[in-house]
Amino acid sequence: MQRLLFALPLLLAVIIGGFAVWGLQGGRDPSDIPSALISNPVPQFDMGALEGAGVPGLKTEDLKGQGLTLVNVFASWCGPCRAEHPILTRMVEEQNLRVVAINYKDKPEDAVEWLDELGNPYERIGYDYTGRGGIEWGVTGVPETFIVNDDGVVVHRFAGPIVGDGKRRFQEAVDAALGGS
Amino acid sequence: MIPELGQFALSLALMAALVQSVIPIWGAARGNTVWMASGQATAVTQAVLTAFAFGALMHAFVVSDFTVSNVVENSHSLKPMIYKVAGTWGSHEGSLLLWVLILALFGAGVALLGSNIPAALKARTLSVQAWISVGFLSFMLFTSNPFERVFPPPLDGQDLNPLLQDFGLAIHPPLLYIGYVGFSIVFSFAVAALIEGRVDPAWARWVRPWTLVSWMALTGGIALGSWWAYYELGWGGWWFWDPVENVSFMPWLAGTALLHSAIVTEKRDTFKAWTILLAILTFSLSLFGTFIVRSGVLTSVHAFAVDPERGMYILILLGISILGSLALFAWRAPAMESGGLFAPISREAGLLINNLLIATATATVLFGTLYPLFLEAITGEKISVGPPFFNASFIPITLPLIMVMGLGPHLSWKRADLPGVLARLKWLGVLVLVATLVVGWLRDGGPLLATISMGIAFWLIGATIQDWARRVKLTQSGAWARIKRMPRASHGMSLAHLGLAVLMMGAIGASAWKTDTVSFAEPGTVVQIAGFDVEFQGVSQERGPNYIAQVATLNVTREGEYITQLFPERRFYPVAGSTTTESAIRQTLAGDLYASIAEPASEQAEGLWTLRLIYEPLVNFLWLGSVMLVLGGALSLSDRRLRVGAPRAKAPIGATPAE
Repeated sequence: MQRLLFALPLLLAVIIGGFAVWGLQGGRDPSDIPSALISNPVPQFDMGALEGAGVPGLKTEDLKGQGLTLVNVFASWCGPCRAEHPILTRMVEEQNLRVVAINYKDKPEDAVEWLDELGNPYERIGYDYTGRGGIEWGVTGVPETFIVNDDGVVVHRFAGPIVGDGKRRFQEAVDAALGGS
Repeated sequence: MIPELGQFALSLALMAALVQSVIPIWGAARGNTVWMASGQATAVTQAVLTAFAFGALMHAFVVSDFTVSNVVENSHSLKPMIYKVAGTWGSHEGSLLLWVLILALFGAGVALLGSNIPAALKARTLSVQAWISVGFLSFMLFTSNPFERVFPPPLDGQDLNPLLQDFGLAIHPPLLYIGYVGFSIVFSFAVAALIEGRVDPAWARWVRPWTLVSWMALTGGIALGSWWAYYELGWGGWWFWDPVENVSFMPWLAGTALLHSAIVTEKRDTFKAWTILLAILTFSLSLFGTFIVRSGVLTSVHAFAVDPERGMYILILLGISILGSLALFAWRAPAMESGGLFAPISREAGLLINNLLIATATATVLFGTLYPLFLEAITGEKISVGPPFFNASFIPITLPLIMVMGLGPHLSWKRADLPGVLARLKWLGVLVLVATLVVGWLRDGGPLLATISMGIAFWLIGATIQDWARRVKLTQSGAWARIKRMPRASHGMSLAHLGLAVLMMGAIGASAWKTDTVSFAEPGTVVQIAGFDVEFQGVSQERGPNYIAQVATLNVTREGEYITQLFPERRFYPVAGSTTTESAIRQTLAGDLYASIAEPASEQAEGLWTLRLIYEPLVNFLWLGSVMLVLGGALSLSDRRLRVGAPRAKAPIGATPAE
């Protein structure tokens, strides 16, 4: 009996280790947590413009009564953002969607250079150097894209780049949101 | 050339570690003193070689050698020097090298300073330490070589995420690592003791300084991280129960329990198996932290260098060391007979309760951190566990812990006179009750629990001071001489306990009584916060060296009396085209008053400014308390009985009287 007690720590460690091994298997994305914002109005925020980008800043009111809007969180230092950017741009142009952006924890000159190089599909860009706006939105990483409906309610949050299989899933979410509104 | 030398040194270090992992322990088994003694030479060699490799990598960063791919990915020629140096441990590979360096340094520390440790125990400890080194050195050389070259070399580096270029972030990881990795030597001591099958008071005394150093570094590292989050990120928060914070907090909790349980082993020759288990668990939790941060198993705002393949390798290393040591524990520990008996009311019993509560708290944090993983594995549902869970489960465990903490030092070893102790603390109890009621009457808003917790913090302060005053007989003549004569470890305990109480007051104040307002202001607007009247007097344009600033003038008064003026700014840098917000803080011991302004709220509200005011009461107590904790540890470390191998320590082993 006493022996069993001394083996207890080992047993617990084996159990935790088993979960850890499971956690490492591919195809699992721990950041894919349902956002608390889903079905809620967008948070109150007011971000200044990204200086030099030539489009205005972003605030809560800009997301109401404007039809379906995609809110793309990007940064010039983020590799996957670069990968998804052309795909997102094409999607927006072909399907005539409205897209705005939050420039997250970035230097303005880097962000502007990035947009000059890759093109700027965004109608508005909120500049969020401190990441404060990101906190309001519950951003866990870049890139992330939110789908906001005409009433200013968040209907979907997509974490990660819109590429490959992600593109298909994102398109489904957009279609569902369009069908619903 | 230098990077190649660095890599070569690293390979040689692996060789030294391989020799060290076999020869000394074999010598100990066969009684061969030369083989046992070889551990000291190899431990020092290993440390020197690893330090050389680390220096080589740092050199590559300092001179911006862009033929090294690690430098390209994490540095830039225009980066300030301090961040170039800090870049050395800014990446996965570099931080791993730092990890291995600290591992080797602690091994060399035992080899050089532990001259009073019996040869066999020392040889076994150094060999076990070398097993860990072999694991991590081979991990680095085979999967994450920091010296990999790129050809052709790029013109400049890719730089680090700008937000990571911060002084606090530059020195926070090394401190944290000294704490994490320092516990490795305690782990090695424990495994060596299990192999030997013997734990005695002397063992506990040899282990104590290493535990203390690691614990102090970990305390400092965690506090620094928290301080940085509070001041630099400016979100007004100092602890988020983020997985990465939790994995540094768990070894701290386990290490704290270990510090206390080892005292019992040292003084009373009991709690042996438990002390050994804690030593193993503390380092296991440190290893686990390394795994969590690098594997991407859990989601976190901090996660960097996430790579499942490396995660698998670390997990295998982890599995071998944790499961191996726990299996050894299950096999050998039952044979360890426990020594001194004690009554249900005694210092031992007090420390037992302390240990049980801390262990429960650790388990709670572990459970909360891993719950998303468990749940997803079993049901497929995805959640994240946030502060509400931790606040609801952690606080009820800590409050009784703090109450016992005040009482514990008053109890004597073996058998304590509880009615006598309580009679002694009677007046203190009344005083604390009155003080708590005063707080309850003064507070406006905030949960009742905060007031009760504050009372418990008062209790800890009062009981600690009374215990200290009683031991040095403060009111009788010659108190100063007694203060100087008393073991420093005893002063250290009092200081650290006081520090925890102070820290607790800071935690309560800054979380329960924090106030936060956002308002639209025009000249003449008065905003009331926490008893202050803050008058927005207007905004003026000012010119800085390379920016234009809009400076708001805020006149702060309390009940009509002038307190101070605050000048939050918005700066526009024309060259960079960027705008920054500089908040103004009035920092006092009573609390921080934060002010920041943002540009006019909207087009309709021309001439209005968004004024954000935050009042965080007692927040500076957090840092003060942390400093006291570390200083308490330092005082304890400087105790005569712990000066291992120092020339003046003449007392032979076993001759030091157990108090």
